[in-house]
Amino acid sequence: MPLAARELKITPIKNGTVIDHIANGLALEVLRIIGAQSLDKDSTVSVALHVRSAKHGWKDIVKVENMELSPRKVNAIALIAPTATISIIRDFKVREKRSVDLPERIVGIVRCPNANCISNQPEPIESEFEVTSRRPVVLTCVYCEREVDDFLHHLA
Amino acid sequence: MPLRGRDLISIRDLSREEIEEALAAAKKMVPYAEGAKVMHPLTDKIVAMAFFEPSTRTRLSFESAVQRLGGSCITIADASVTSMRKGESLHDTIRMLSSYADAIVIRHPNEGAARLAARASDRPVLNAGDGAGQHPTQTLLDLATMQEAFGTLSGLKVVLLGDLKFGRTVHSLAHALAVFGCEIVLTSPPELALPVPARRHLEGMGARVSEQADLRRAIHDADVLYVTRIQKERFGDEAEYRRVAGSYRIDPSVLEGAKPRLAVLHPLPRAGEIAPEVDRTPHAVYFRQSFLAVPVRMALLDMILGSGKRGG
Repeated sequence: MPLAARELKITPIKNGTVIDHIANGLALEVLRIIGAQSLDKDSTVSVALHVRSAKHGWKDIVKVENMELSPRKVNAIALIAPTATISIIRDFKVREKRSVDLPERIVGIVRCPNANCISNQPEPIESEFEVTSRRPVVLTCVYCEREVDDFLHHLA
Repeated sequence: MPLRGRDLISIRDLSREEIEEALAAAKKMVPYAEGAKVMHPLTDKIVAMAFFEPSTRTRLSFESAVQRLGGSCITIADASVTSMRKGESLHDTIRMLSSYADAIVIRHPNEGAARLAARASDRPVLNAGDGAGQHPTQTLLDLATMQEAFGTLSGLKVVLLGDLKFGRTVHSLAHALAVFGCEIVLTSPPELALPVPARRHLEGMGARVSEQADLRRAIHDADVLYVTRIQKERFGDEAEYRRVAGSYRIDPSVLEGAKPRLAVLHPLPRAGEIAPEVDRTPHAVYFRQSFLAVPVRMALLDMILGSGKRGG
């Protein structure tokens, strides 16, 4: 399919953020992270699932109008969609494009699966994990030392 | 890195050299723990005992260690008498306590509570057991007992028996054994087996780990048998508990095929896992182990709060 025709499937945005190269099937998790259901009225979110990709076979794309992502949300996307790229669009032009980078610590994004962990009690703290393996990604709770590899099931 | 001023939350916080240093210091503390020699490096120091769940020997051995070193204790022995009952967070309780004491020893039912306490406190925090998590001072005294019995830790074959799933002493100990290149044999009923992440962690450290459900086979060429309590509350059915607990009971006949120098350890209290007749055999080192709690905790407190250079 020619590029122009493919692009038409997803509305171009004037200002906002395009999250591209999300592994196929994970767009809905990305929507959850950016809080798509509670955005400002001015923000339209478009999602393309199962788009052909030269690099990854199939991919998902999410476009969010009039919003740039906080560092915390970028970290969360890096965790669940490590192949993603994030482009900042201003006036229909890509002003900045970068790959996501998994940080050393994941704070407030994943809930510890250990129900008896102190981070699941009413304490004035956020969940916090150290990234102890990158391929595959394994997180270790800094409080109870529980290792987590199925963190998609434990997003806060 | 010196331990002075540091927290002791997980055995993983200590390098092999630091563990060796603590064990050497503990050995020198033995006559002071027995009262045969006296020194008071903790004079004018106050150590808070924050015990949010019941404990006898851990708390008393810590209190004994502080007082043998000339320090004094303030103690929460029962969480139901604190403001936590009024809804105060652990974080705030510890923050308050850290302004009353020079160090805090904490025991808490939730895993990770000691790490939270260390972050909330600007004084050193020592973990005396958090839920099914870490119990590093117990591990150090277990190591001290093995080292005293064999003169070394390297290359020992250690059988870990009983509740390897919830038993808080076992996870810390297994890590330390892996640090010293010990061979680890896991003997437990399937429902209380070591959790997969814990086993993966040990194997990731290069440890030799195997499972042997048959107790006699497990111990026939072992150096150490580390017995833990199988708790009734882990089983829905009392008959099932009795069957499992009975199959792992240590008595002189079980030990017949073992090496003469096999050392039997138990963090105590025991609830029938070891027959009293074993007490009279040379295998029984568990009472020595509970005594060593005092010099080990004295050594750690002295290293963290005192000069860390005395003894000997």
